[in-house]
Amino acid sequence: MSTRQARTGKAVLPGPQDTGTPPDEPVARVRRARALPGREPRRGAPVRGWPGNAGAIAARFLTLGLIVAVALWAAAPLVSAQNWTGTAIVAAVTVAGLYVYLTPRRLPAKYLFPVTLLILALQVFPVVHTMSLALTNIGDGHLGTKQEAITAIETSSVRREPGSAEYRLTVAERDGEPVFLLAEGARAYVGTAAGLRPLEGATFGPGGRITAAEGYTVLTVAQASARGAEVTGLSVPVEGGAIRSQGLSRAYRGTAQLSYDAACDCVTGPDPAAASGSGSGDGDGDGEAVPQKVWQADEEQGRFVAVDGTALPQGWKVDVGPANLTAALTDPQVNAHFLGVLGWNVVYALSVVALTAALGIAVALVLHHPRMRAVRAYRTLIVLPYAMPAFAMLLVWRDMFNTDFGLVNRMSGLEVDWLGEPLTARLSVLLVQLWLGFPYMFLIATGALQTIPSEYLEAAQVDGATAWHRFRKVTFPLLMLALAPLLVSSFAFNFNNFNGVFLITAGGPFPADNPAVGATDLLITYTFRLAFGQQGAQYGLASAMSVYVYLIVAVISIISFRRTRVFKEVDR
Amino acid sequence: MRRSTHALAGALVLGLTLTACGGGGGAAQQSSSAPAAAGDTTLLIWADQKRSATLKPFAEAFAKENGIKAEVVVVAQNQQQTFTTASQAGKGPDVLVGAHDWIGNLVQNGLIDPIQMTEEQSSGYVDVARKAVTYDGQVYGVPYAVESLALYRNTELAPDAPKSFDEVVATGRKLKAAGKVEEIVGYPVSQQNGQSGDTYHLYPLYTSAGGYLFGTTPDGDPDPADLGVGTKESVAAFERIAGLGEKGEGALKRSFTSDNAASAFYEGKTAFMVSGPWRLADVRTAGVKYDITPVPGFEDGGPARPFVSVQSFFVASKGRNKALAQEFVTGSLASPEVAQALFDADPRMPALKQALEYAAGKDPDQAKFQAAAENGTPLPTIPQMVAIWVPFNTLIHAAVKGESVPEAVEAAAEAISGQLKQ
Repeated sequence: MSTRQARTGKAVLPGPQDTGTPPDEPVARVRRARALPGREPRRGAPVRGWPGNAGAIAARFLTLGLIVAVALWAAAPLVSAQNWTGTAIVAAVTVAGLYVYLTPRRLPAKYLFPVTLLILALQVFPVVHTMSLALTNIGDGHLGTKQEAITAIETSSVRREPGSAEYRLTVAERDGEPVFLLAEGARAYVGTAAGLRPLEGATFGPGGRITAAEGYTVLTVAQASARGAEVTGLSVPVEGGAIRSQGLSRAYRGTAQLSYDAACDCVTGPDPAAASGSGSGDGDGDGEAVPQKVWQADEEQGRFVAVDGTALPQGWKVDVGPANLTAALTDPQVNAHFLGVLGWNVVYALSVVALTAALGIAVALVLHHPRMRAVRAYRTLIVLPYAMPAFAMLLVWRDMFNTDFGLVNRMSGLEVDWLGEPLTARLSVLLVQLWLGFPYMFLIATGALQTIPSEYLEAAQVDGATAWHRFRKVTFPLLMLALAPLLVSSFAFNFNNFNGVFLITAGGPFPADNPAVGATDLLITYTFRLAFGQQGAQYGLASAMSVYVYLIVAVISIISFRRTRVFKEVDR
Repeated sequence: MRRSTHALAGALVLGLTLTACGGGGGAAQQSSSAPAAAGDTTLLIWADQKRSATLKPFAEAFAKENGIKAEVVVVAQNQQQTFTTASQAGKGPDVLVGAHDWIGNLVQNGLIDPIQMTEEQSSGYVDVARKAVTYDGQVYGVPYAVESLALYRNTELAPDAPKSFDEVVATGRKLKAAGKVEEIVGYPVSQQNGQSGDTYHLYPLYTSAGGYLFGTTPDGDPDPADLGVGTKESVAAFERIAGLGEKGEGALKRSFTSDNAASAFYEGKTAFMVSGPWRLADVRTAGVKYDITPVPGFEDGGPARPFVSVQSFFVASKGRNKALAQEFVTGSLASPEVAQALFDADPRMPALKQALEYAAGKDPDQAKFQAAAENGTPLPTIPQMVAIWVPFNTLIHAAVKGESVPEAVEAAAEAISGQLKQ
């Protein structure tokens, strides 16, 4: 619950007196409209045409300068990355911004422009991005492109030839090309992409590395690492393998076991099952003896799959269409518990809203009573839970519910297994959320109570209404006018209250016969475990699930807002 | 009017700044594919809080020696996830410090490179460490510290080292009956959240009672095709664990997490605690007279095999200075001198044999942890291991709570094999 909600709350506070006098807003509009024509004639003279004094003009120049500076700052990396779409977007936004703020006209746009940008950047983009992820198989093992997967497969398949000696490596340069100066005992070689040659006239340093050689410029570590990609990419072909660098001072002889062939779009290499059986340590002479295995690229799964169904671990991201979205509906592992979880989720969100609102309003009413003393002190105390970091408070509560060591059982002398039984666990999460949430409702209700004119209540009193009747018929309806939209947003918030459940029970307790779904699981915690808890991170599936959660919350919110609006019309 | 102009200007600045931030973030993400900027070479190392402080001097020494810069960045939370995301976006480090059981996942994501060691180099490490960092026949990390669970014992309350876990429970019961302690044994059954069982801590008892998670391939890697959960042995093992649970002996309780088990031990409220070397410093501070022995198995069971996790240095595939990272990890950090200095800075059982001798000479407790790790199995690195955690954690809770074991085991086996098929 953010200040955003609080502000919305203020804006919708109806104030019954509004019905009599015209609201502020139109007045301002009229005043502005009247001021504008005054400016119009002066537009012809550009220097004097701008309203405001020197300070305002300076501020405006500063602002425009800032826009341009930010645009340049954002565009520079995009241009160097040749990301023309991004550059175009930045350019378009900048031009639009300059246009809107350079012209004295387009007053509404001056306000709408930043707001629209913010909505696009913070609301629309994430939703669209999530939806697009939902259509892919992105997740552990499928993060990058196919080319990245191929590189990873080939790189990680390079095996050092067992028993082969290690070379002492010196990285040098000749004609701008990096070369390896290799020392094996007292023998010196030079290795290039063309092959390995003996090296004459090399000087050996301590540790057996070559420190100088005629015709070659030895590179320092800093120089060599600046050309790191060339160094790690250089492989010196030798009989039965290639010499590659391992760092900047060692090199080894090894062979890439797996290689990609674009012609068949497949990866070929020795069969791991056979290779491990025969012992891979026999060197390359026996290469023919090891049966070869072929992993064919499967563009639907995004991985290389062999005929026997085994796949290489490194895969890539592919579009899977609506598979994730339908999986949420058809996969028995996913949907078997969907309704049960949804049911508890609705109960949880409704209960939290009802309980926090009831307690918040009750406390607000008590403190609103004219004969109440030390109101300020009480208010401070009551708002305290709201002021504390919820994250830490949730963890403290979790530990307080511990059966043997928790404060709750110790203080009360009970031996209740609070978080271990479904019913008590549900009670616990509700209780904690009530404690965390009621100060917010209290604040809102206190504010709304101030706006209810005392005349109404006095009139009711004169008519002989009891205190209960006065509350039921006057205070409560007026209060609900202010609170209803906030209750809806509070419902939406609690519907997805991940921390409130996950930090306390982690969705548990889990029934012994079904570890997939716990008694306090909300859709969002259930989704989280489904997507991240089990088979590694499955961002695609998680996105699909959050699209569903988003849809549910959106539908519920729209319906509720509609209903509250109806309520308001009737009241008027 | 004038004031309103000012307010307008102020609002504009604010609005635009905010917009710029939003736009800037997007732009920064998009620019990730830009080639590495030329200029000063900076070796970027990611480590958690404790280790980054330890590593810093070594990184700086390496940088100075080679005329480059080095930066050690603290990543306090979710290191593996953060590394994966950042590397994929081209903003990852060159060297990552982490636990060896990340290897399987990082390899399938193509994010770490194999490290080529000669037989001579790799034989310098203790067997379990060498085995732990080997995945699919390739070494993927340079191991530097070995950690496994052990049994801490309060020697004032329980002078004799127990030979079996049954003896631990018997001694604990006697002490509790005599009113000297409140709890039989400080055995972390639950994870920190208290809501799910702790596979890592319970694994020694599970193995001693005859259970296993995965079979073994001829290579020595865990074999996902042979799932041990759901077998007769696993049911028997959990019956045994349930016997110690809340409806049995009352030695294992779901209310125990690693934190409150430790505080009970520090305060002398229990004579035994199952924990790892990370508690050693606190045990010493607490002033408890202690001894460390391997986690004992059941009297009639096999040896208890704790998981061994090996802290390792990884070379990032997508780092900007891969050659330099390899040089730092295999050349500088793997040397016995640095391993010893690392031990001095942060006393953890070194993986390098030479440094281990040095450590054992300096601190006799290190030899005890070495003995505790002897029976251990490396925490499986295969990516399939993630399918185990959630169902197995739930299974532990069900058994300790006293629910029907065969059903719980069957449900867990079903959940795990369902995940493995995907």
